Amino acid sequence: MSIMNLISGYLASDIRMATPILFAGLGLLIINRSGLLNIGAEGTMLVSTLLAVVGSYYSGSVWVGLLCAVISGALMGLLFAFFTVTVKANQIVIGAALNILGSGLSATLNRIIFGVSTTVTRFDAFTNIKIPLLSDIPLIGGALFNQMIPVYAAFLLVPAISYYLFRTQAGLNLRSVGENPRVADTLGVNVYRLQYMSAIIGSALIAAGGAYLSTGLVSSFSEEMVAGRGYIALAAVVFGKYKPGGVMLASLIFVAGNVLSNILQVSGTPIPYTLLTMIPYVLTVVALAAFAKGAVAPASLGRPYKRG
Amino acid sequence: MSIAMLEMKNISKQFPGVLANEDVNLTVNKGEVHALLGENGAGKSTLMNILCGLYKPTSGEIFIEGQPVKFASAKDSMSIGIGMVHQHFMLIPTLSVIENCLIGSKNKGGLKLDTRSAAKSLSELAKKYSMNIDPSALVGSLSVGEMQRVEIIKALYRGARILILDEPTAVLTPQETNELFKMIRGLKQHGFTVLFISHKLNEVKEISDRVTVLRLGRAIGTYDTEDCSVQDLARLMVGRDVKFTVDKKEQQTGKAVLSLKGVSLLRKGGGAKLLDDISLDVHAGEIVGIAGVDGNGQAELVECLTGIICEAEGEADYCGKDLLKCSTREIMSSGISHIPQDRQRTGLVMPMPLTENFILQDYYTGKFGKHGFLDWKSVGESSDRLIRSFSIKAPGKEELAQNLSGGNQQKVVVAREINRSPRLIIAMHPTRGLDVGAIEYIHGKLIEQRDNGAAVLLVSTEMEEILKISDRIAVMYEGRIMGIVRPKETTAEKMGLMMGGNDLAKIS
Amino acid sequence: MRRAKGVYGMRQVACIFKKLKKNTLLHGVISFAAVFVSLLLGMVLIRFMGIDPLAALAALYEGSFSSMKSLLETTVKMTPLLFTGMSYAIAYRCGLTNLGMEGQLYIGAVVGTAVGIYVTGLPGGIHVPLAILGGFIGGGLFGFIAGALKVWFGASEIITTVMLNTIAMNFAEFMVNGPMIEPARSNSQTSPVLESAQIGKLFEGTRAHWGFIIALCFIVLFWLFLWRSKKGYEVRVSGLNRQAAAYSGINIEENILLVMFLAGGLAGLAGCIEILAVQIRMVPSISPGYGFDGIAVALIGNNTPIGIVLGALLFGAFRAGGNRMQMRTQTPISIVNVIQAFVIIAVISSNILLEKLDEKRLKNQKQEG
Repeated sequence: MSIMNLISGYLASDIRMATPILFAGLGLLIINRSGLLNIGAEGTMLVSTLLAVVGSYYSGSVWVGLLCAVISGALMGLLFAFFTVTVKANQIVIGAALNILGSGLSATLNRIIFGVSTTVTRFDAFTNIKIPLLSDIPLIGGALFNQMIPVYAAFLLVPAISYYLFRTQAGLNLRSVGENPRVADTLGVNVYRLQYMSAIIGSALIAAGGAYLSTGLVSSFSEEMVAGRGYIALAAVVFGKYKPGGVMLASLIFVAGNVLSNILQVSGTPIPYTLLTMIPYVLTVVALAAFAKGAVAPASLGRPYKRG
Repeated sequence: MSIAMLEMKNISKQFPGVLANEDVNLTVNKGEVHALLGENGAGKSTLMNILCGLYKPTSGEIFIEGQPVKFASAKDSMSIGIGMVHQHFMLIPTLSVIENCLIGSKNKGGLKLDTRSAAKSLSELAKKYSMNIDPSALVGSLSVGEMQRVEIIKALYRGARILILDEPTAVLTPQETNELFKMIRGLKQHGFTVLFISHKLNEVKEISDRVTVLRLGRAIGTYDTEDCSVQDLARLMVGRDVKFTVDKKEQQTGKAVLSLKGVSLLRKGGGAKLLDDISLDVHAGEIVGIAGVDGNGQAELVECLTGIICEAEGEADYCGKDLLKCSTREIMSSGISHIPQDRQRTGLVMPMPLTENFILQDYYTGKFGKHGFLDWKSVGESSDRLIRSFSIKAPGKEELAQNLSGGNQQKVVVAREINRSPRLIIAMHPTRGLDVGAIEYIHGKLIEQRDNGAAVLLVSTEMEEILKISDRIAVMYEGRIMGIVRPKETTAEKMGLMMGGNDLAKIS
Repeated sequence: MRRAKGVYGMRQVACIFKKLKKNTLLHGVISFAAVFVSLLLGMVLIRFMGIDPLAALAALYEGSFSSMKSLLETTVKMTPLLFTGMSYAIAYRCGLTNLGMEGQLYIGAVVGTAVGIYVTGLPGGIHVPLAILGGFIGGGLFGFIAGALKVWFGASEIITTVMLNTIAMNFAEFMVNGPMIEPARSNSQTSPVLESAQIGKLFEGTRAHWGFIIALCFIVLFWLFLWRSKKGYEVRVSGLNRQAAAYSGINIEENILLVMFLAGGLAGLAGCIEILAVQIRMVPSISPGYGFDGIAVALIGNNTPIGIVLGALLFGAFRAGGNRMQMRTQTPISIVNVIQAFVIIAVISSNILLEKLDEKRLKNQKQEG
């Protein structure tokens, strides 16, 4: 029985901790599929972690916090789209600028709003919602069906986005833009509008991941609390071969090592957690090398499209 | 008299510095296969790009079934029933045939992508016009011929009534070409109008009902194909007065410098061979011209000889060395100069100053500094000398290459390549896009090198240029040499026939 | 489409020359304006916080330029930025995007520290160069990984360098907590590097050190390599036009490997010298983002040696003066990051604007002729 509990607990925290990465990964997936390469997820998440706390703190509702975060994400997405699609600046450099901006902005606003030393802890946060019946399934019930709403939402988004990408006209148009914008353009797809839309919606999703991080997974904001999750999400998309299901699997696997190290640390096993944290990144680099020749990435990823 | 399906009236298209179409009239009847015949640069592609909405004409009008139309984009022309099959397919290899056909379509059935009914109608279309296509196949897994079929079916699926095929046989094997022609005839029977753009005389003769000949941006005339022989078509296509006389010394041919034996190159992913058993000698003191319409393997031949492509079979003997097995550096350092086809993309580094462009081929030699460092003083002196002796018009040697005019840019390339005192010069389109003065200058330089005993392999699509300065001419067509002739012993008609795919042995 | 032009008149030639000069000047003015606008935006932000922007600016200036002491502090902050700026720039010159400076910096720091602690019995004159060499090679090999992945497997260096950053930082943390932890201590830090491996101060009683001079020497080497050596010429040709490089027979892949090694090495020096001269011992967080700052430094410096010095001066001053600004006016030092992001965006947009203007000008010029 205790082994069962252990596994169940392990699964539960894997799912819980994978959620922010899953959100960000799905957001990046949508952005990448439109041919834009945004490495600025880290910065987008940083801003949203803070704004979720701010919104929740002042309104007393975590949902307002989520809304604030999502709006901040959409604005970051708009900023990215404007400079990459309209101005046609280098997408990498703009993404890097977003990361620096996010890091600076979140820390600065935090100090202005909440002061230098205090950590705000008392604000509305997400709580676990137990789904009746399903949560009583042995072994997996507690792990799968006793989670916070954003967790459910993130995992439900996986089939939803999958359906959107591969079963709808809009999804096909999006994929064709990422593969060859010129073809899409001649066939009547509004390339620029689609890229704007996907940058904005994708960034909003990334921000939702940030919001869950600060008002769900933990209930506080601290500087640099995203701690590289934006980069892991980037890796999860590549590792997941640009498919929603793959992204989900990748985030679960990437976090698994982390969770394991946490458990091991508690139980006193002397495997340094830093080495375990490295695993997802090493995996990604290996995967990148292995898949690079298979060319799974959208063919025009990172290349600005110029009409005419 | 019935109304024409398509009428283009007084179409002109002015690009900066170039008049690509001048006052072109084209009338295409419903249900006919209408060929558009012309050499490179005759304005065929420009005219068709105007028709499919990619370019806006400077002046002129287009009528479809008597109604005036204006296209703001490709979408507009498509919605009116014009379907273009580009030479470079507009397909996405990672998507299925159905998906490629459905991109950007206005969905009636709401959100869901209706692949099932699309597959059904695609299958029906394929059956109706006897095209063998699996709608759910991934486009990337198809052969070139199949991809072309997908392009045609895509156009039909999207409601095309006028089908434009741009050099459709350029990438096909003879068998595939036969199949394509069968398809075109089937489409004709079902009332479709087909515009067939080509430079291949036999094909035009075989498939078209009427033919409009374009030359230098102008329509020469429209003829019933039945009334024209292949010879007539050749004369019409090439047809200008060509001066065969140049101030050129009699040839003093030496021994063979470059000797090609059975050079062949396969196309990636199957299809017709890019180079097919090329054998050719180039002697010292001789200019051998390679004529032919663009895309018949000339570029690949040059890339094989300069080490850019290394997969070719056969042998290219240059002074005891097989060029096909050498690296670019080995080739270029053994007395070969290369004037590449695209000066801006290959021959020059545009954002670099002239000095740095002048040393591109020789920077690693002792000439420009020792111990791994560049001696800018000697680079500068050499640059000054080249600018002076080739009368390159530039404010100074530090000027960026991109700020020079096209002619002077090409002079920089030519100066650099000739200054290396080569034994063999491989020059591709050395005068493309240049004005008369610059052309004459560069021709003069090439002839001067020939007179000094260098061997020159000149690839050009400009008939006049080839006839004027070559000592012998090889005509390439679909990767093969159709025949080797001397300029004085040939006629425009013969050249046109060979460029259009007729073997010299069969014509004469 | 370009049209050939027969002859330029002398007057036209002179005219173009004048335009060209004006253009270089324009580039400088626009870069300056971009920085100015970004600063202004930052000041507006500070105003929104209810802080007097002028007071903040004054504090910033005071902490970075006003006195000899603050000026020297600026050089301390400049040193790593000079290296990371060069690192980004040398990769950029070869057409590569090195985002892995932060990771390369950490690896350089770890190796430099290791040499500084565990190699004993050497005089300073040998130990310091040896530790620096170690840092260079360590960072270099780490950069080389990304180059190798690109050349041998076709993996984009953009993503791999980002991943390698986290790997390196975790590795550094592991080393500091494990194999290299200070004996008989439990907090994550190494022992101080031996005295013989420490880089000396320029002036007693200040933090300014010889590392800054070394960095300036490397700026000269950077220039010598790219604009005076044949290898550097190859690198630049490869970066500007891969097709032309192949045409001339340049081995592009070899150059990518070399440049990624050099870029990694330069970033490694940033970390290594920061340890040997400033921190003395390795801790898990030695860099407040010097690696990413390198992007901005190289960008506003237009990837030129002088530009990098100016860019490093600007951001070094921000880092040095930022502390004073925070103490004096309660303006969070993180505002520096915000301004930096503005600078990147402003500079890159204005460069694009300039390119468009150039294109238009050239087109008009061609049509006139």
